[in-house]
Amino acid sequence: MGDATTANAILANATIRPDEAAHFGRLAAEWWDPKGSSAMLHRLNPVRLRFIREAIDRHWHIDDHHLKPLAGKSALDVGCGAGLLCEPLARLGGDVTGIDAAPENAQAAAAHAEGAGLDIRYIAGEVGAQDIGTFDLVTSMEVIEHVADKADFVAALRARLAPGGLMILSTPNRTAMSRLLMIQAAETFGAIPRGTHHWDDFITPDELADLLADAGLTMGTPQGIGFSPLKGLHLSGDLSLNYIVTVTAAG
Amino acid sequence: MGDKRELLILGGGLVGMTLALAAARRGMASHVVDRADPAELLAEGFDGRASAISTASWNLFTNIGLADALEQHGCPIESIAVTDGMKPGRLDFTPAKGDSTLGRMFANRQLRLALHEAAAAEPLIALHSRANVTERHRDEHGVHAVLADGTRLNAALMIAAEGRQSPTRDDAGLVVAKWDYRHRAIIAGLTHAKPHNGVAWEIFYPAGPFALLPLRDDDQGRHRSALVWTVSEEDAAGVLTLSERAFLAEVERRMHGVLGAIAADGPRSSYPLGFHHTARITGQRLALIGDAAHGIHPIAGQGLNLGLRDVGALVEVLVDGMRLGLDPGDAQLLARYERWRGLDSFSVALATDGLTRLFGIPGRLPSAIRRLGMGAIQRTPPLKRWFMDEARGVTGKLPELLQG
Repeated sequence: MGDATTANAILANATIRPDEAAHFGRLAAEWWDPKGSSAMLHRLNPVRLRFIREAIDRHWHIDDHHLKPLAGKSALDVGCGAGLLCEPLARLGGDVTGIDAAPENAQAAAAHAEGAGLDIRYIAGEVGAQDIGTFDLVTSMEVIEHVADKADFVAALRARLAPGGLMILSTPNRTAMSRLLMIQAAETFGAIPRGTHHWDDFITPDELADLLADAGLTMGTPQGIGFSPLKGLHLSGDLSLNYIVTVTAAG
Repeated sequence: MGDKRELLILGGGLVGMTLALAAARRGMASHVVDRADPAELLAEGFDGRASAISTASWNLFTNIGLADALEQHGCPIESIAVTDGMKPGRLDFTPAKGDSTLGRMFANRQLRLALHEAAAAEPLIALHSRANVTERHRDEHGVHAVLADGTRLNAALMIAAEGRQSPTRDDAGLVVAKWDYRHRAIIAGLTHAKPHNGVAWEIFYPAGPFALLPLRDDDQGRHRSALVWTVSEEDAAGVLTLSERAFLAEVERRMHGVLGAIAADGPRSSYPLGFHHTARITGQRLALIGDAAHGIHPIAGQGLNLGLRDVGALVEVLVDGMRLGLDPGDAQLLARYERWRGLDSFSVALATDGLTRLFGIPGRLPSAIRRLGMGAIQRTPPLKRWFMDEARGVTGKLPELLQG
């Protein structure tokens, strides 16, 4: 894969070679196929975007009919995958950077953004190792449960948050329910690719609040992402499966 | 990429143009492609075609800023009189005092004029008239159409709004379930001596319904109604070629003088009646609206109203998605539109189809049953209310744009 495997490579769309572009295009197509292996993520996307939109409107006092609430603002998505969140943030007017530890993901994301005609900067590497300044909005969805040193990770996110900025995190809760549904049921029936999650690494809302406080951050009231046969995935008060929170600088 | 817009609307009829306008009012840009020449569409004179606009559809026109231009042209329907061949047992739907009317009748030309005028003043709408689509393309990232003159139009979502013969729908391989009633609707404008007092008549004959829909008086103060007369396919050619005198005599025979002496107003036209419904109304970056998705018997005047509900639902789904940063062609959004509109339009289609079949059976016994049934509805206020709400178009989950 040549230089693509070099960590910290900044991927401008132009740096992708044609043969690589084809490969990453196929990879992106897989990620972006609403019925493919990431089907669950696609269904989850509108739900968490609804939370993010409301948080943006509240934080910056923006009218909820506005179609470009992030105009003039910068955004960083940590653990961006193939750009499922970066692209909506860019459409909302944000100047968006996506970062992912897996070069393949960052490459696939860049290939897809080019196809979609969106100007997004993608970086392959660890967020702690980047000297990329600060951002008004920092998001990290379903990442912290995969990270070895959670305190270190939170400190790195904190360093990227601009003064007055807004951070949004989501992660599975560590409950009997999440073990049953997300690991045993969902991975068994193929709704989530097997081996995606390790239940022991999951973090509860209280633990996350403590971790954030140690880094000088304040966590808002978490909202649950629940599932019901009637409503599908939806925002709810039930935090037992998965939750999403706003985070701001303490003070 | 050229000028990539949110919507590529193929078909600029009443439903397609309303979509373009409603979308523009919410900040979405569109290309609208239509084969017809607007100069002909908007030409002077009444072409006989008219539409009942339900209260819900009127709310839509109000919400997109068309009400002021249209108000003066609409004729409120004060009541609907349903009879079985003018035999006793007439069923009247008259709303209680203070309730909204059962809808308004408009000559289609007035609707077209108001839509075209508003669209011309809307910078977010690019109308391509007298244009034929030679190529349609949809993929992961977007859609485009190529016109006969080589112009390429790019967008995020393709909308098929070409009516019942939608080539875009057929091109996408979306299967259509249909049956043909083997009947045609003869459409004509009439002037008449007595005022209609806002009454819409639906007179059921075994060959099919005969409807008189009230219109505004013309400039010379003549009372007018639109006629929708259903005849069997084999009789249609004959009816169309009748001399004016013979045609009027046939019509008068079926009207029992309720509106006095009549005269023809404008040309006669006809179209085949059928029921069709597609199993799916969406595809990759594609949504069907209006008659491209579902066509129903015009018996209850619900065809355009159904299409306008599609418009309201689709705009609501798209705006909601765009507020979240989703692409207008996003599969999750189209799935929501599919769930919302797929079922609703099918239930209305089934109901009107059932009504037609019920009234299409000749013989004395069925007729007696029908009259009994109408009497029963007449005496049961909750049932009457339900029928009136259906005519107003306010049952089911209404898109925001169609709420008052």
